[in-house]
Amino acid sequence: MIEVEDLRKEFVVRRGRLRRERHVVHAVNGISFGVERGELLGYLGPNGAGKSTTIKMLTGILVPSSGRVSVAGLEPSRKRIELARRIGAMFGQRIQLWWDLPLHDSFELLRHIYRVPSDRYRDRLARLRDVLDLDPFLATPVRQLSLGQRIRGELAAAMLHGPELLFLDEPTIGLDVVAKQRVRDFLIEINREDGVTVMLTTHDLGDIERLCDRLLVIDHGSLIWDGGIPELKERYGGERTLVIDLEEPAPPLEVDGAVVDRVDGPRQWLRFRGSASELTARVAQAARLVDLQVAEPDIEEIVRRIYARPAEVSDTRGV
Amino acid sequence: MVDTVFVWRKLVGAQIRSQLQYRMSFALDAFGSFWISFIDFLVILVIFRNVSRLNEWTVHEVAFLYALSSITFAVTDMLIGQLDQFPQKIRDGNFDILLVRPRGTLFQVIASDFALRRVARVLQGSIVLVYALSTLTIHWTVLRAIVLVVSVPGAIVIFSSIWVVGACIAFWTTDGGEFTNAFTYGGTSMAQYPFDIYSTWLRRLLGFVIPLAFVCYFPALYVLGKPDPLGLPRFLEFCSPVVAAVAALVAGLVWRFAVRHYRSAGG
Amino acid sequence: MKRVRVDWEIAKRGWRRYAAYPWATVAGAFTNTIFGFLLAYILLAVYRSRADVGGFDAADAVTYVWLSQSMIMTVYIFSWWELAWRIRDGSITTDLLRPLNPQRYWLAFDLGRAPYHFLFRGLPPFILGALVFELRYPSPLDAVAFVVSLALAVVVSFAFRFIYNSVAFWLLDFRGVVTLSTTIVIFFSGMAIPLRFMPEALRELCYALPFGSVIQTPVDIWLGKREGAALVGVLALQLFWALALLAIGQLVLRKATRKVVLQGG
Repeated sequence: MIEVEDLRKEFVVRRGRLRRERHVVHAVNGISFGVERGELLGYLGPNGAGKSTTIKMLTGILVPSSGRVSVAGLEPSRKRIELARRIGAMFGQRIQLWWDLPLHDSFELLRHIYRVPSDRYRDRLARLRDVLDLDPFLATPVRQLSLGQRIRGELAAAMLHGPELLFLDEPTIGLDVVAKQRVRDFLIEINREDGVTVMLTTHDLGDIERLCDRLLVIDHGSLIWDGGIPELKERYGGERTLVIDLEEPAPPLEVDGAVVDRVDGPRQWLRFRGSASELTARVAQAARLVDLQVAEPDIEEIVRRIYARPAEVSDTRGV
Repeated sequence: MVDTVFVWRKLVGAQIRSQLQYRMSFALDAFGSFWISFIDFLVILVIFRNVSRLNEWTVHEVAFLYALSSITFAVTDMLIGQLDQFPQKIRDGNFDILLVRPRGTLFQVIASDFALRRVARVLQGSIVLVYALSTLTIHWTVLRAIVLVVSVPGAIVIFSSIWVVGACIAFWTTDGGEFTNAFTYGGTSMAQYPFDIYSTWLRRLLGFVIPLAFVCYFPALYVLGKPDPLGLPRFLEFCSPVVAAVAALVAGLVWRFAVRHYRSAGG
Repeated sequence: MKRVRVDWEIAKRGWRRYAAYPWATVAGAFTNTIFGFLLAYILLAVYRSRADVGGFDAADAVTYVWLSQSMIMTVYIFSWWELAWRIRDGSITTDLLRPLNPQRYWLAFDLGRAPYHFLFRGLPPFILGALVFELRYPSPLDAVAFVVSLALAVVVSFAFRFIYNSVAFWLLDFRGVVTLSTTIVIFFSGMAIPLRFMPEALRELCYALPFGSVIQTPVDIWLGKREGAALVGVLALQLFWALALLAIGQLVLRKATRKVVLQGG
């Protein structure tokens, strides 16, 4: 679906008095990856890392400085209009619906812009109205909608013409928990049931955790991770915690490879690295266990670690 | 092509409906627009209170020029006047989404904003036109009628082209938008008066390079049967359609060039 | 002493607000220049048939055109919306709770803005006009009087703008009012055409109204048309209108504050 090879984008920034100093910014510095049809992919990175720039190059908004890009078999910067028919895009913080018009007017206009046949439009709209629960505010002007309602409207708008590939830039930003869940459910449904390939950039780790099969992490223009979330956790999860319940309260256990973080009656928290089963065996030898649990580090922590120590991480790309 | 017109009609229709919903607001707006454009005509009346002729032009002839310039400008303003907000659109990052749609960006920008309240200006210009036509003795021929009628869309296209080229500045610097005003609002003010009152260099620059002289000066000369005070070749009086076509072409090319710059240099 | 310090800080903010957009200023000065040329030639065409109109000769008229175009932003003739927007989006309520009178705040702001526009939007077109046309220049006394008059004109214009912006406290849709007010100012100040071209009765009315004080009076002074007692007279009239309109503005503000406090904005 998407093929990216050694993609680069440089910007020339003029700084200093009279804008004399020329300064080249390598926003995207030679990234390569491929996306298969039907994937649900997360694209992560700190601000200024090059996320938006990559998406813009994939959608045809920006022309790359060098490298190869192919989306749905087309070159985005050359075949912008042809590609536009097959992709949908939604930029969370920007508005693509018509501000003063009722929601359904915006849909109608988009139908004509995309030349969607009326029967297919009817069916699709019916389904979108159902899944996203649009009926209560279909006739309301967009400027009077709440953020959650507007985002749902924008999602529907992006899907009206039945694209095979959907790009989302921070779709859940600013939404409350319920609204976020609705959006996530929608994305999962179109991905699993309709096979729509979805690529979303996000800072929301809940999105990643619940939606993405695969994660791309970019920092300073380079790809520092490309792989699934379980592998990510395993590779950079680092320390995990073994929570054990002993038969009766005891002083902190002394076990090889683990440090006791906390003791609360019969329960102890052991911080460790590496294999949980080995540690469990050693603990079982040292004390009588009633129950145990392994607590995973959450994704937030892992991502924080990746952002904080990119040098340590970038030479071990999980490709 | 037919399909493009259809989409344009739909876009404009939806906006008209929406703007008419706020009747009071619309009425007040329209009222304000009417008076602000009426000032220009008042100025002409004040001038002619002091003299009987401006060069060789009478008040009725100048009123005729005024009406043509004003009506065509007001219609253009109605159609694409919101282009003045284009720099803001770029600043907000709302241009990008247009690039993800399967339509030309210029078409989308132009079709997206329609300001119905400007119709008051069209009305005001029309009143003056009726006044002018009723006081002038025009020896009508079929050709004269054609030239007059054809000059209207021609003028609209010329004004539109100026506006579009001006809007392209927003791709390079977002607070330079006012440059365009000099040529759009300045242009219509200039065209309200006979071109022979301006100095040579001003005439050449704003009358021919930026072809404002073809908005109404030349067609008016023919319709009024007036000999050209500038002594220029007579065939120019028929050239407005051609000039309009060339202006549109130039505007399209400049826009395309500007968008290409935007797409390689980034937002 | 401390309050003046606050005023000074606000004035600086007013300056900076416009200095932050240099391209807008350049573009604006360019527009004013173009209009300067257009109007100059239009008026010169009038002088082909006559030598004098209402006490102006050709050189007076052309000087008038260039001065008025230079003054346009200094005095801020066109629609000013800042206060109306603050009222509309509700931030005015926080302003009213502060121990600083909003009118005084915006006046200080405007007095900081005016010099910026005078220097960067006013001077360039005038200099260009002076190079191309033969303009009239004032005597030293008239030059000083002109500066005083210009300052007063800024205050009169500000006070009027303050009043028509305050309409936003009562009307949700104030765009029509703002447009109409701007229209009135443009025409009756002499911006569109020198008041001297108008019929006698209308001319005198405009001079009596605050609008004449905004453009025509300063230019009259520059051109030396007001000497001795007449000079003192017009300056006094400007001062009168400045104070009167500011007072009206205060009254309007008081009414509006009461309304906001009672209705919660």
